[in-house]
Amino acid sequence: MSVQTAVLFDVPGPRARVRNVVYTVATLILFAAGLAVLYLGFNRTLTERETSLFDPATWAVNPAGQWAADKWEPFLRPETWTSYVLPGLQNTLTAALTASVLAIVFGLLFGIGRLSERWWIRVPAGAVVEFFRGIPLLMLIFFTMALPIVAWQLFDIPTGTFQVTALAAVVTGLTLYNGSVLAEVFRAGILAVPKGQSEAAQAIGMTRTQNLWLILIPQAVTSMMPAIVAQLVVLLKDSALGYIIAFPELLRSFTLLATRESNVIPAAIICALIYIAINLTLSRVAIWLERRNSRRGRPSAKPTDAEGAPTKADTATGAAGAVAVEPTVQEPLPDTLTEEGRAEPGDGDTDGNGTDGDGSPAGRG
Amino acid sequence: MEAFLSNIDRVVDGFSWTVRLTLVSALLSFVLGILLTAMRASPVPLLRGLATSYVEGVRNTPLTLVLLFCGLGLNSALGLSMADSVAMDVFWWAVIGLSAYTACFVSESLRAGINTIPLGQVEAARSLGLTFTQNLRLIVIPQALRTVVGPLGSVLIALTKNTTVASVAGLGVQEASREMKLMFDQGIAPVLPTFVGFAIGFLILTLPTGYFFGWLSKRVAVVR
Repeated sequence: MSVQTAVLFDVPGPRARVRNVVYTVATLILFAAGLAVLYLGFNRTLTERETSLFDPATWAVNPAGQWAADKWEPFLRPETWTSYVLPGLQNTLTAALTASVLAIVFGLLFGIGRLSERWWIRVPAGAVVEFFRGIPLLMLIFFTMALPIVAWQLFDIPTGTFQVTALAAVVTGLTLYNGSVLAEVFRAGILAVPKGQSEAAQAIGMTRTQNLWLILIPQAVTSMMPAIVAQLVVLLKDSALGYIIAFPELLRSFTLLATRESNVIPAAIICALIYIAINLTLSRVAIWLERRNSRRGRPSAKPTDAEGAPTKADTATGAAGAVAVEPTVQEPLPDTLTEEGRAEPGDGDTDGNGTDGDGSPAGRG
Repeated sequence: MEAFLSNIDRVVDGFSWTVRLTLVSALLSFVLGILLTAMRASPVPLLRGLATSYVEGVRNTPLTLVLLFCGLGLNSALGLSMADSVAMDVFWWAVIGLSAYTACFVSESLRAGINTIPLGQVEAARSLGLTFTQNLRLIVIPQALRTVVGPLGSVLIALTKNTTVASVAGLGVQEASREMKLMFDQGIAPVLPTFVGFAIGFLILTLPTGYFFGWLSKRVAVVR
């Protein structure tokens, strides 16, 4: 961003500096006005406020409003964290982690399936991926919840026989949807590995399976790592959909807390901050991985440029080199969460990698 | 399947809300997204900072929380209402939430598009004496829009699917997924055909959109 946008305007001269100051002041005024509306709005509801803006009483913190100290006080009590926030966070992370692992397995299977030489594997795998990618996640979750009814309606299995827990429904939905997106990511990654790699593998007598697992997949996973992590951010965010089916995850525990303490706004703000902190850390990992790839002269393939083969990459490394790459990639991941992730102060340069749930479908054409 | 088809008017009604939510939010988020992108590229540091923190913040918040905030926070706690009837009131709050959320992704795509424009284009425009606004309006945005047609299509598809979250508590727009859930719960039609029917409905909305934007992005692509 810095390089490209800096060229849009000159180093400001005297007039431009004045103009910038004017714009800054105007922005500040607008921003302050917006904050004031929010402050006053949540201090008293708009309907009950009739006092003038110049009356100091209007601006005083209303003890019944959302900014009153006792609305924030619950977050200073340890039991709020131990009985609401942390269990919720634990459920969110459980659902997200389980679904991540399952989605990666699902994605690998179906991504490879779509590249199969046999049409009876390729076509169904493609249909499954397109189906789950094309319908809303929430519908999948609702349907999974209703599976006992389906069993009863189709096979006369009485409805009490088995139960679908909210956790199972959320994990199933997240797995099917994100797994399908990841399948496209893996497929694009495999297609983006230079052709010479497969040819070399064939030349030294590797079978198709060996070629796939020893040559193509390790390289594809390395180059797609940023896209994979970005998708895992989406997955974590989408786990909040569990709220709708009463899965006691982070958002649900915050709404319970908000109902008990009637502090909707403080709860919403702190809940958002927790999500933002987790997701930004993950996003930083994705950015770091991407930079790391480009430092090594291995461009991170994006789902959209499946056809555009990466430049020279490492055609010379050959089979042994490609396999050896994997452990070195996996190893530094954990400490990025603690060190590298925060070491980089946000310059906000995400390269548009983490679009929404569907950053990748652009590659469908 | 007959039981499902006999309730087709409810299905159509649900999808009509889905389509309305999608179209209005798409329009609003596009405008807001362009505004955010312009702010993020502007020479005023404060504008840049505000826009960047907005995008980074909202983008990393779950949509469920954003819509819940619109429903419970702004609508109930603030006591603001957008329209006289409850159905339209929640509809507009859902539109606001969806647009506020989607605008971040529009802005991210646009910014990625701006980054693909060769420096020479901007330098040429500047050497002709175009101001920042002219440069953005005549040179940068038209080219950036062409390269981001594909990603914007993906954002639109994501938005179509995200409208289902508008059924969340505090809003409860009668859109397709809520209609489907109600039909499950009321037991008016078997679950499996109902699910398949609604899924086909969404595929009808999303698949052609994807193919159309794929075709369009090839057609308008800037040859370099």
